[in-house]
Amino acid sequence: MNSMVEMQNVIHRYSKNTIIDKVNLSIQSGEIFGLLGPSGAGKTTLVKLIAGILKPTEGTISLKGTALRHLAQMKNYGFMAQSDALYQELTAWENLDFFASIYNLSRKRRKERIRDVLEMVDLSSFKDQPVETFSGGMKRRLSLAAALVHEPELIILDEPTVGIDPVLRRSIWEELYELKEKGVTIIVTTHVMDEAEKCDRLALIKSGKVIALDTPQKLKEKVNVTSMEEVFLHYGGETK
Amino acid sequence: MNTFHVMKRILIQFKRDKRSVALMVVAPLLVLSLMWMVLDHDDSKLELGAVDVPETMLEQLSSDTLDIETLSSSKAEGKLEEGTLDAVLYFENKEMSLLLEGSNPNAAGAIQKELQSLREDQQNMVDVEYYHGSEDLGLFDYVGPVLIGFFVFFFVFIVGGVSFLRERTQGTLERLLATPIRRSEIVFGYLAGFGLFTIVQSLIIALFSIYILEVFMDGNFLYVLIVTILLALAALSLGTLVSAFAKNEFQMIQFIPIIIVPQVFFSGLFPTEGLGTWVQIIGDIMPLTHGAEAMRGIMLRDASFADIQWEIYILLGFTALFTTLNIFALKKHRRL
Ligand SMILES: Nc1ncnc2c1ncn2[C@@H]1O[C@H](COP(=O)(O)OP(=O)(O)OP(=O)(O)O)[C@@H](O)[C@H]1O
Ligand SMILES: [Mg+2]
Repeated sequence: MNSMVEMQNVIHRYSKNTIIDKVNLSIQSGEIFGLLGPSGAGKTTLVKLIAGILKPTEGTISLKGTALRHLAQMKNYGFMAQSDALYQELTAWENLDFFASIYNLSRKRRKERIRDVLEMVDLSSFKDQPVETFSGGMKRRLSLAAALVHEPELIILDEPTVGIDPVLRRSIWEELYELKEKGVTIIVTTHVMDEAEKCDRLALIKSGKVIALDTPQKLKEKVNVTSMEEVFLHYGGETK
Repeated sequence: MNTFHVMKRILIQFKRDKRSVALMVVAPLLVLSLMWMVLDHDDSKLELGAVDVPETMLEQLSSDTLDIETLSSSKAEGKLEEGTLDAVLYFENKEMSLLLEGSNPNAAGAIQKELQSLREDQQNMVDVEYYHGSEDLGLFDYVGPVLIGFFVFFFVFIVGGVSFLRERTQGTLERLLATPIRRSEIVFGYLAGFGLFTIVQSLIIALFSIYILEVFMDGNFLYVLIVTILLALAALSLGTLVSAFAKNEFQMIQFIPIIIVPQVFFSGLFPTEGLGTWVQIIGDIMPLTHGAEAMRGIMLRDASFADIQWEIYILLGFTALFTTLNIFALKKHRRL
């Protein structure tokens, strides 16, 4: 397997506060990589760095072996932000059409893809409804659809399943596995333990540092517990 | 290409947001109409008191704008005190004197103008003609061209600034910057979307002012349209630029007294010719000054393109400057 994302000695500061502190990460092509950590640990900052929205204060980040420097590289990934970024006045379809159009998909392809992703997040019957009339979970699903619409090789999801019910959450994870089968790399931040268990590898983030990184199974074995919850508490929770 | 997609999206948003569209089109029409009612329909007569003025003179004076009342000196003073007379004309020892009520400069000026005819001897009456404008050019005709420009400028500044701000606060700007779109494509998309919209807006406002309110118009309609659209683009680029310094809609509104109101003072609603050079320099760095100057040139003086070309270049320059700064300011959100 070759690596999709390489982070070397990445430091990010907001004014004087160091938010990301010397992070080294190597995310492999085709894996589902989880970022787990308490609130304020720096997960969002980390994924924004990977998405090229933030520029690291120090260190380098590369995508498929090339340093993040070109606009064209942004075609390679889809980003779903923690807070829904949608045009409220536009319908679900128009939102997706707008984001898809920036990736130069042909009109026909765009139509197919929008139909596919709407199906996937179960919003097909709401496609002509303006987003301002959507519930929180519906907006979340539409944001996910917007991140997938151009078939990126890398998907960066910042807490994708917040506000989504268990049934739908399961179906979304099934879709993610399907994407993984197709070779798509997925980076996902989460607070939900059973979601963390579904990742191939998991990085525990605390105060901007990676404090543990392994498969969920190995992480549990290392600290001799049976649930992810206990791993989380072992590394982060109880020292607070 | 992405510029086109952003433009298309903005036009769809306009289509949905009927209220903002109404604000940008109907509000200027409404306010212009109100101004027109106030400024253009001054039918009230001037009240002049006459004390000991000979009959022949009164005949000479009589006109349909003057309402002359012959009365005694003491009574006249009483009426001045009440404010029911605008002025009193006295005739003593073959000398004429005028006592103005004085609290209303408009009325005072008008009375003095009316009485000009008495001073001029019948023989050397000057034959007056108008090089520009006409005899019945009113105050509204003078401020009309400026107001058309101002309203376009004001509403595009606000609506454009707020929509760009919302793009930032609702997170779509960041989301957009996580796609391969260029920063310049976003900014140009905004200019194109609003540009198309303001063509329609300017057309409606200008047509309404000229053909319904009948503001004096001596020039080329196409030039009027060009200048208003350029003003709108300058307003949009300025609005989106300053929106980078606002955290929310309310802070955006706070820019009105700082950025918009001063421009009104320098736009020619009040004369600035006699003021010091530094005051004129302040006026020169404001887009509205140049837009208003061009509008008045076209509508009142039938200016040719050559006459207004500098104002046009300056407006284009402002738009180019603000747009460049804008593209640069977006670097804060993404370095590429
Ligand atoms: N724009 C900013 N300016 C200054 N500090 C910031 C900014 N954004 C985030 N931070 C700080 O960075 C730290 C990490 O924030 P981040 O959003 O990455 O946390 P997180 O792990 O995603 O938390 P959560 O699980 O609550 O989403 C926080 O302490 C936050 O205060
Ligand atoms: Mg977060």
